[in-house]
Amino acid sequence: MSIVTILGLIPLLGAVLVAVLPKANEKLTKQVALATSLVVALGSIWLAYKFNGSDGNFQFVESHQWIKNFNINYAVGIDGISLTLIVMTAILVPIVFLAGWNESEGGRWSVKTFYILLLTLETMMIGVFAATDVFLFYVIFEAMLIPVYFLIGGYGRGERAAAAMKFLMYSLFGGLLMLAAVIGVYIISTNQNGGTFDVTALSHLTIDKPTQNWLFLGFFIAFAIKAPLWPFHTWLPAAAKSATAGTSTLLLGVLDKIGTYGMIRFCMTLFPDATKTFTPIIIVLAVISILYGAFLAIGQKDINSLIAFTSISHFGFITLGIFAMTSQGISGASFYMVNHGFSTAALFLVAGWMIKRRDSSQISDFGGLQRVTPVMAWSFFLAGMSALALPGLSSFISEFLVLVGTFTKYPLAAILGTTGIVLAALYVLIVVQRTLHGETTPGNENLTDLTVREKVAIAPVIAILVILGFFPKPVLHVINPTTAVVMEHAGATDPIAKAGK
Amino acid sequence: MNANNAIVLLIALPLFSSAILLLSGRKSDKWGHLLATAVSATTFVIGVYEFFQMHSRPSTDRPLTQKLFEWISVGGFQVDASLLLDQLSICFVLLITGVGTLIHIYSIEYMSHDHNRRRFFAYLNLFIAAMLLLVLGDSYLNLYVGWEGVGLASYLLIGFWNQKPAYATAAKKAFVANRVGDVGLSLAIMIAFTQFGTVTFAGVKAGAPHASPAALTALGAMLLLAAAGKSAQFPLQSWLGDAMAGPTPVSALIHAATMVTAGVYLITRSNFVFDASPTAQAMVVTVGAITLLFGAIIGTAKDDIKKALAASTMSQIGYMILATGLGPIGYAFAILHLLTHGFFKAGMFLGAGSVMHGMDDEVNMRRYGGLAKAMPITAVTFSLGYLAILGVPPFAGFYSKDKIIETALNAGGAKGILLGGATLLGAAITAFYMTRVIVLTFTGAKRWDSKAHPHESPILMWLPMAILAIGSVASGFLLSSGSALVNWLQPIVNAGHHEHNEELLKPAVVSSLALGLVLVGVLTAVFKYRTVPVDAPTKVSIFTTAARKDLYQDSFNEAVLMHPGQKLTTGLVYTDEQVIDGTVRGVGSSLSIISTAMRKIQNGYVRSYALVMVLGVLALVTTIWLVTL
Repeated sequence: MSIVTILGLIPLLGAVLVAVLPKANEKLTKQVALATSLVVALGSIWLAYKFNGSDGNFQFVESHQWIKNFNINYAVGIDGISLTLIVMTAILVPIVFLAGWNESEGGRWSVKTFYILLLTLETMMIGVFAATDVFLFYVIFEAMLIPVYFLIGGYGRGERAAAAMKFLMYSLFGGLLMLAAVIGVYIISTNQNGGTFDVTALSHLTIDKPTQNWLFLGFFIAFAIKAPLWPFHTWLPAAAKSATAGTSTLLLGVLDKIGTYGMIRFCMTLFPDATKTFTPIIIVLAVISILYGAFLAIGQKDINSLIAFTSISHFGFITLGIFAMTSQGISGASFYMVNHGFSTAALFLVAGWMIKRRDSSQISDFGGLQRVTPVMAWSFFLAGMSALALPGLSSFISEFLVLVGTFTKYPLAAILGTTGIVLAALYVLIVVQRTLHGETTPGNENLTDLTVREKVAIAPVIAILVILGFFPKPVLHVINPTTAVVMEHAGATDPIAKAGK
Repeated sequence: MNANNAIVLLIALPLFSSAILLLSGRKSDKWGHLLATAVSATTFVIGVYEFFQMHSRPSTDRPLTQKLFEWISVGGFQVDASLLLDQLSICFVLLITGVGTLIHIYSIEYMSHDHNRRRFFAYLNLFIAAMLLLVLGDSYLNLYVGWEGVGLASYLLIGFWNQKPAYATAAKKAFVANRVGDVGLSLAIMIAFTQFGTVTFAGVKAGAPHASPAALTALGAMLLLAAAGKSAQFPLQSWLGDAMAGPTPVSALIHAATMVTAGVYLITRSNFVFDASPTAQAMVVTVGAITLLFGAIIGTAKDDIKKALAASTMSQIGYMILATGLGPIGYAFAILHLLTHGFFKAGMFLGAGSVMHGMDDEVNMRRYGGLAKAMPITAVTFSLGYLAILGVPPFAGFYSKDKIIETALNAGGAKGILLGGATLLGAAITAFYMTRVIVLTFTGAKRWDSKAHPHESPILMWLPMAILAIGSVASGFLLSSGSALVNWLQPIVNAGHHEHNEELLKPAVVSSLALGLVLVGVLTAVFKYRTVPVDAPTKVSIFTTAARKDLYQDSFNEAVLMHPGQKLTTGLVYTDEQVIDGTVRGVGSSLSIISTAMRKIQNGYVRSYALVMVLGVLALVTTIWLVTL
């Protein structure tokens, strides 16, 4: 069995273990879940250690026959881009557990169910990035909706049921389009290479242009809903507003990345011609997302929906980088996915603590926290600095790579995207000023600062953002060869190819 | 100690010290300020050591580089974390660490009553580290990290007392205005990479002669935008006055001597871009000329001593920016003025701080008067700075500002008349508003009420002021004798002596002209402020009103940017909720089948969804099966 499969199975085993534990012992449940996720995190680092960074192709590949008639396989393998996303996921899960130690309480269902859902979700998150069989990918892509749906609807706040439903309907709609496209690709492959769902084999198909366009759109719209691109985004703020901080972290930090990841893995690889056809439109949508998300973030009154809109802006950057189709664009976008995962985690988790303490998510209910809860205030401030891509933090490197990679091909799009950094300063500093600065407003005088547990949860996230800001090399080093493979496959070349001296 | 390997210490020491002070919390309250000051002094010692090492090497071997590590490497985009210590950066290293250390010492006393003094010193150290990175990075991207780092430090320090909403707003305003400049810097880096395949200074310099004029002009324009943001130049100048919300030592160090001059550094560092693009140079001198007059005019109407000095800073940096647009010798004179300004303006700001210290934080000069008696040392050191900024020989400004006026006049033709005229007019207005500050603060009758007990500041405060005053007296002469600084910078900016050939006006003529105008300014102020009402007169000319309102810079920004921006945001939020989401909701509810299904799923949770999933997969499998048949 491949190390990837083992890694993916551990959380599922943890879920089973949690399921047989006595329901009354909530503490033990939490401890087992946390321990499981820590094992996975360590395992993912082991995976990264064993990974050959200079090879851009799939590694740790494993394939077993699953449904013989249709040549559907359990096939997994990871390349540089999926590796970094898996490691990010595996690190985020224990942090989410630790940060939201009590957020499972008071839900519609038991604490036990909460952790079963989350651990199952972790297995799926690893699986979705590791799948190299399109059918397997599709099944996990759809199946993941279930735990998330219950996590939002069962443990969230406010209008959680409606938000969960909105999320589900959007995702199902996208999934339906993708399903059609998956079938379409399979049909074509039956005529050309005997029917397969293997992504590498499918990438060698010869598909006529009109068909490519339709199939491309099937995948693309599903992904554009997942990593919401304007105008497919309205489910996200609703979900973020209602979900628990941990669920939001995983939803925006990891699950939404499946969309942008899918654009690279499937849209670009399977349909290079259609990708070229649609690139201008997508670049326009990406730029709109960057600016639109930023403007809407400025206008939000609820902290969580503010964070959601900043993410829409950031997904715009990621999409822009991917479809710029330059080394800097694609590597930058892949690195952006990782950084955004940690950056959003920091924002949601700290905001979650603020909201829990104040029992409100309205920005106007906060004020002057810097003097009451300095550590929490600092954590929120640093998370905000990461969101506005302050140089010295990792998000700066990815954002700059995306912009510079775009500029070499589409200067106007890059210029418009760059103006987004002013808007980012506004959406971060306005909320920072309203919540942290000024006199401490009534209702905030007695808030307590972060506990040791919370500090332990947030410290690694901030450390990662700082360390990768100065030493992004280990991550870029494994992403770059995969970017080269993707570029070659898509038939793209860099306008500025060689390093000047 | 190896001169090469020590460069990184300049940045690393204050950075670590800052981190220690921030992370250790209240535990380091007792010694935090001492550690920070010691670290700052150590960086100054390293700077001096590096300077003498550099001085002892022949001109061609002077620059040192220290490659730290490979930072970003993606395709052709290769950027190392690498430092460059050359004749230009060492000037800044000495200024930053020297003035920085004096201000650390001053702040020990000035901030001694503040509950958060340790945090203040942590920010100061963070600033020193970032500012040194800014001037030591060997590429535009390394510079960018320092560039934003000083912006962050500036934001934190302006908002140091951010419990006052106005101060918090001032901090935000500074950051956002700087970010507008950062768009320029970002785009400049992108243009550089696209044109030259590299973002190092050396690489861009090597490539510049082969680039198209359009590309160089675009690059220059973007660098100028960046400089305008950081150096409070027109049209991004509006944040500097508000930045005076920060503690006064911060105003002296960051908003007078060092950070706000980073734009001058950036343009001087990029001299190869501007020398190759007359259009970009024309933009630079225009921005410089406008700002030097803009700042000077605002300075005439400010009653807040710090805001008067801030307006003066804006104006003096305008001189420097103008000089950087005047070709090779202009860069050298810009840096000369930058260094002398570093002494006299920092000294005057510390003097203002000393006055505030003795006057219970009163900043309104109309409530000062006759303070020279109570604060003799402050009065003397401030006056030396005053003589320096006026350009009275042999004080520092005479050597630096007159050179800029001279170079501007000698630019020739209409350009020479316009720029020279602006610099001369600026000198006269400067003399007016600075005399006004002196008269209102130190001479005349006392206008403070009985509660105030003005007193001289303790030695930890006046000693730095005295040292800076010595600089205000001597630095101009020392840096100019035998064209010391010009020759020192020659390899960087190519300032050969041949440019003096087309001298239209003799230096003596220029100096006489300038001094004559300065005298007019001084006498006007002395005459006008024989008596000073405590309350500012309300019946004043429209010019005074305009100057008091900062020439309507805020009203303009609010009307043109802020209010339309807010309207747009509100409109978009409404559209998003009503139109986009509304459409989706409409589509959803109009399809009654789906909405019924939705309700079912909502009620039945697990079973219904599982059913949908199973049906979906069944549909998939069936279809494939049918098709393969």
